[in-house]
Amino acid sequence: MRSRDLGFRLVIGVFAAALLLIVTAIGFELARQSWLSIQKFGFEFWRTSTWDPVAGEFGALPFIWGTLYSSILALVIATPVALGIAVFVSELCPPVLRSPLIFLTELLAAIPSIVYGLWGIFVLVPFVRLLETWTPEALRALPLFSGPPLGVGMLAAGLVLAVMVVPFTSAVAREVLKTVPTTQREAAYALGATRFEAIRAAMFYARTGIVGAIMLGFGRALGETMAVTMVIGNNPQVSLSLFAPQYTMSAVIANEFTEATDELYLSALVEIGLVLFIITLLVNGLSRALIWTMARRVPSKVTA
Amino acid sequence: MNSVPTAAPRKILSALFVGACALSVALALVPLAFIMFFVVSQGIQSLNLDFFIHDPRPVGEPGGGMRNAIVGTLMLTGLAAAIAVPIGVVSGVYLSEYRGTRFASAVRFAADTLNGVPSIVIGVFAYGVAVLPFRHFSMLAGGLALGIMMIPLIARTTEELLLLVPNALREGALALGATRAKAVMTVLVPAALPGIITGVVLALARVAGETAPLLFTSFGNPFLSTSLTQPVSSITVQVFTYAISPYEDWHRQAWAGALVLVSIVLICSVAARLATNRVARIRGH
Repeated sequence: MRSRDLGFRLVIGVFAAALLLIVTAIGFELARQSWLSIQKFGFEFWRTSTWDPVAGEFGALPFIWGTLYSSILALVIATPVALGIAVFVSELCPPVLRSPLIFLTELLAAIPSIVYGLWGIFVLVPFVRLLETWTPEALRALPLFSGPPLGVGMLAAGLVLAVMVVPFTSAVAREVLKTVPTTQREAAYALGATRFEAIRAAMFYARTGIVGAIMLGFGRALGETMAVTMVIGNNPQVSLSLFAPQYTMSAVIANEFTEATDELYLSALVEIGLVLFIITLLVNGLSRALIWTMARRVPSKVTA
Repeated sequence: MNSVPTAAPRKILSALFVGACALSVALALVPLAFIMFFVVSQGIQSLNLDFFIHDPRPVGEPGGGMRNAIVGTLMLTGLAAAIAVPIGVVSGVYLSEYRGTRFASAVRFAADTLNGVPSIVIGVFAYGVAVLPFRHFSMLAGGLALGIMMIPLIARTTEELLLLVPNALREGALALGATRAKAVMTVLVPAALPGIITGVVLALARVAGETAPLLFTSFGNPFLSTSLTQPVSSITVQVFTYAISPYEDWHRQAWAGALVLVSIVLICSVAARLATNRVARIRGH
């Protein structure tokens, strides 16, 4: 290699190294800022539910519960819809419709979280409250539907999150379906398969990537902040009820970070951020690994 | 038509499946239509000239707008671009020029990782490095947080677009005796430039709509501020503050702010789409 080219490579390499540096610095800085809380509470931090900044008692169980509950709920609602869209757009719809439909679903992803939140507060929450009031008494006796019909709460959060996650999951699932060789479908049709059976075969072929797409949506839901903060009710409690106002990791950081005046309080909030960082890192890493395994031949097309 | 006895239920199942897929598209488009409807119908009522040229007034006083927040968002995104465009584009060049190397894989992994980090976590990080040491919120901290979010978006777009440039162009430049640097700067990057600009615009649109990383970095400011070292308002944070307030007046302002945000996103997406189509046509795809 010519020395001038080596110099060029080194110079642009420094810029590229900035990306590595930033990711490392985020992990390091979060660990450093949360050290006080980690040392003081240890693992108890994640097993206790008392969140009392005045008394200096911090237990983050309700937050991790709320984050996992709302994300899983969103996943349960969003996954069938997202896969349906992916199949419709890539396999079923007339070619003229394909591009506009892709554009519209992308638009769903482009709408800022705060706009979802605003819409959530003033449109979705009243609607959810109505649904909750209509729920028959017999059902309300179940733990899943217990509590007063407030509107704000887990159900509203799950619904908003689901809408926000659909475009991500469906976009990746669409790209994954594209990588299924046409021969797979042709073979199915040649054997007399119906459309459903042929698509089922294609989806089975692409299963690894589809699981990756679903996990990518999960990763998005875990970290989503504003919209959830605005509709979940912000009440730190561990409850099974869809109607109960709860809290999430990102929401507690968003709401309380500027109020955290003493060091331990701030440290506890940063620790929640650190764990959120680690969880999303693992989920996204796993999802990318799955998508890559599936789509190794066309890696640049599928970016997680 | 002759068919085996088992065909009928299978065909019905297949038709149901096709129907269910079409239904899911409708299910996703319903919230989109609802959101658009409410943002436009509610927002348009409070969107007037005052909204753009006045700062907020105390609750109860008529008039007042979001000038401070609009200027703040423009400056914050400008600052973010100033940080992210050089790092992002140059990293993208590295990723495409040296794509087989270990280091490139590591950087690509870092970019994808960073892209998946929740924006609130990036806010916490920016707070730690740019607010805490100086003991006050600032535009600089907010711009840093948004810039960090933009870098991986720009890097990956640049990489993908450079890979689309025909290899013959690169080889031609090198065959004429150009150095790698010269080939990149005079041939490859110019060829991919329209796409890179589109990518930057989309990244800008995305961070302009971010709220979480600004809550405790650039914070907010009821007055117009253009100082890098002072807290500054942004449309998103202002909408948040107004939305969770109990005042009708502020709710109306929040909807107007949301309409501005959605318009920015919409204009950028449509512009980007038109630009990409044009590039695709020129390339003859």
